[in-house]
Amino acid sequence: MAEVKYSEEHEWIRVEGDTGTIGITQYAQEQLGDVVFVDVPASGRKVAKGEAIAVVESVKAASDIYAPVSGEVVESNAALADTPGDVNSEPMGKGWFFRIKMSDKGELASLMDEAAYEAFVKSLG
Amino acid sequence: MDRSQGRSGGIVSGTATAPATFTGNRALQIEEPLIFEMGQPGRCGVDLPEPPKVKDRLNGLRRSGDIGLPGLSEPQVVQHYTRLSQKNYAIDMGVYPLGSCTMKHNPRINEKVARLPGIGDLHPLQPVSTVQGALELIDRLAHWLKTLTGMPAVAMSPAAGAHGEMCGMMAISAALEARGERAQRKVVLAPESAHGTNPATAAALGFTVKPIPANDRGRVDLAALKAALGPDVAAIMLTNPNTCGLFESEIVEISKAVHAAGAFFYCDGANFNAIVGRVRPGDLGVDCMHINLHKTFSTPHGGGGPGAGPVVLSAALAPYAPYPWIVKDGDKWRVAEDDGALKSLGIEGTPLGRLKAFHGQMGMFTRALAYIMSHGADGLKQVAEDAVLSANYVMAALKDTMSPAFEGPCMHEALFDDSFLKDTGVSTLDFAKAMIDEGYHPMTMYFPLVVHGAMLIEPTESVAKEDLDQFIGALRSLTARAKTGTAAEAFKAAPLYSPRRRLDETLAARKPILRWKPSNNPPETDPLKQAAE
Repeated sequence: MAEVKYSEEHEWIRVEGDTGTIGITQYAQEQLGDVVFVDVPASGRKVAKGEAIAVVESVKAASDIYAPVSGEVVESNAALADTPGDVNSEPMGKGWFFRIKMSDKGELASLMDEAAYEAFVKSLG
Repeated sequence: MDRSQGRSGGIVSGTATAPATFTGNRALQIEEPLIFEMGQPGRCGVDLPEPPKVKDRLNGLRRSGDIGLPGLSEPQVVQHYTRLSQKNYAIDMGVYPLGSCTMKHNPRINEKVARLPGIGDLHPLQPVSTVQGALELIDRLAHWLKTLTGMPAVAMSPAAGAHGEMCGMMAISAALEARGERAQRKVVLAPESAHGTNPATAAALGFTVKPIPANDRGRVDLAALKAALGPDVAAIMLTNPNTCGLFESEIVEISKAVHAAGAFFYCDGANFNAIVGRVRPGDLGVDCMHINLHKTFSTPHGGGGPGAGPVVLSAALAPYAPYPWIVKDGDKWRVAEDDGALKSLGIEGTPLGRLKAFHGQMGMFTRALAYIMSHGADGLKQVAEDAVLSANYVMAALKDTMSPAFEGPCMHEALFDDSFLKDTGVSTLDFAKAMIDEGYHPMTMYFPLVVHGAMLIEPTESVAKEDLDQFIGALRSLTARAKTGTAAEAFKAAPLYSPRRRLDETLAARKPILRWKPSNNPPETDPLKQAAE
């Protein structure tokens, strides 16, 4: 089963081999409200951990999405251009943002597992 | 076309529902179509003579078909736009507590002065000898702005706040270039609660933006700021009072630390109305600051004219102010665009060139100067005092029932979070929509982003105490209803009494219809049609 990790910026990453699929969490989509636009990165873009790489815009606010790990973008979810609501209805499914070929899997260690992330969200009140 | 989105089938009053009318109108509130949906082909508001026959040179490209303009008589057009204007809400109609926008009253003397023939009928390309008074007016306003801010120079041409930010940050960039440090200083610091235009301006000029967190008092975290300062930092962009309506009490220490690190201090002057006449930003170590003439000196959005965002500059940045400069040679004013003019002002440097055609927003200059001169120095001081007093009155009257985001006293804005609505099922948006039914334009919501479900109320100095009391009473009643825990459905249904009910903002953002098209059948993606289904 694929491993899923979480960042403090409320991104998730599902790890399969060297590739990670990235999106935002249920908590993040609830906080944002209805998503109306998602700007995903182009394939081939190289990105460093923590760099702003995508933009998600809701009726309330526009927010940057940060790369939870370093690597190269290999695929992005083009369907979000037409159906940004997928981020609300299936944040961890059809609402994924992009896939990244990780350059340093060691970086995953700095991210949270599901239990730790749930505790983190709880601590936010 | 079905235009039923948001329209109520009937008006709910208490538990009874008023029936829909035959016409769709409600009393004298007319259900108004778009102008393109009105009229008859061939009808015209004016009687024009047949054009003389001339041989055209269009080689058969002459249009002969219908150009798609609606055919309407003059009274139809007048009635259409008057009806639309009656559906609009404006500062001349009542309390307009939109935080961060400073919707203050626009005194009528401003409009009288702006319409004087010698001012209202000017053309920017008139010979300079015929506009001596206008140039003197610009210089007089510049003098006031420099005096009120305690700054040595001002660039008058920026067209509004964000344009002013661009001007100020370009001056900082130019000054760094002159020092040979532009390549090395790439970072601009901005507090998390900053106006979105601050990071946008910095990014547009090629800087990298680094956010600075706030402390639990809603102010800049000084330790975090000091830790972020280094040889790579070009500037900090800071609003004071900040977007939480709080005075940055450590601002002098902030500016000292910024200067010690070799960086510049850009102050966002959007909230200058809270301190005008009381605090001179120059005394706080500010290097440049834009002034929203259309906030601090009246004439807000919809209140008389466009924006205007002059930028005051410190001695270090003055040489990089954009053209034109208004200078006086002997007893003649002129619009200068040459280094010689600067030298005559004792300034050595390389101006940025022009940011904008002509000299700035003349209509706004006139209104701002009228506002300043009609208030006088003592009046301006009272403007700031009354704005702060009004906001604190609102905060004090509501703090036991709503939840202030930060401990008061505040400056010109009272900021609440949504914790008082916790577990009621009512959101900030629902609360704001319910205010419309009570006759109030909602406050700013969900800004600043750092406060959960933010409600930012800026009453300004324009609202009389008894009107503020009514406003406060309405908010207290709504809060009490929300807290019953059984009113979520009623709040979600608001507004009930507006020309349109709750609009589908999500669909409008996802599938916007940006222009009317001459089609009787709206396309499948038409949100109006979808909403009706």
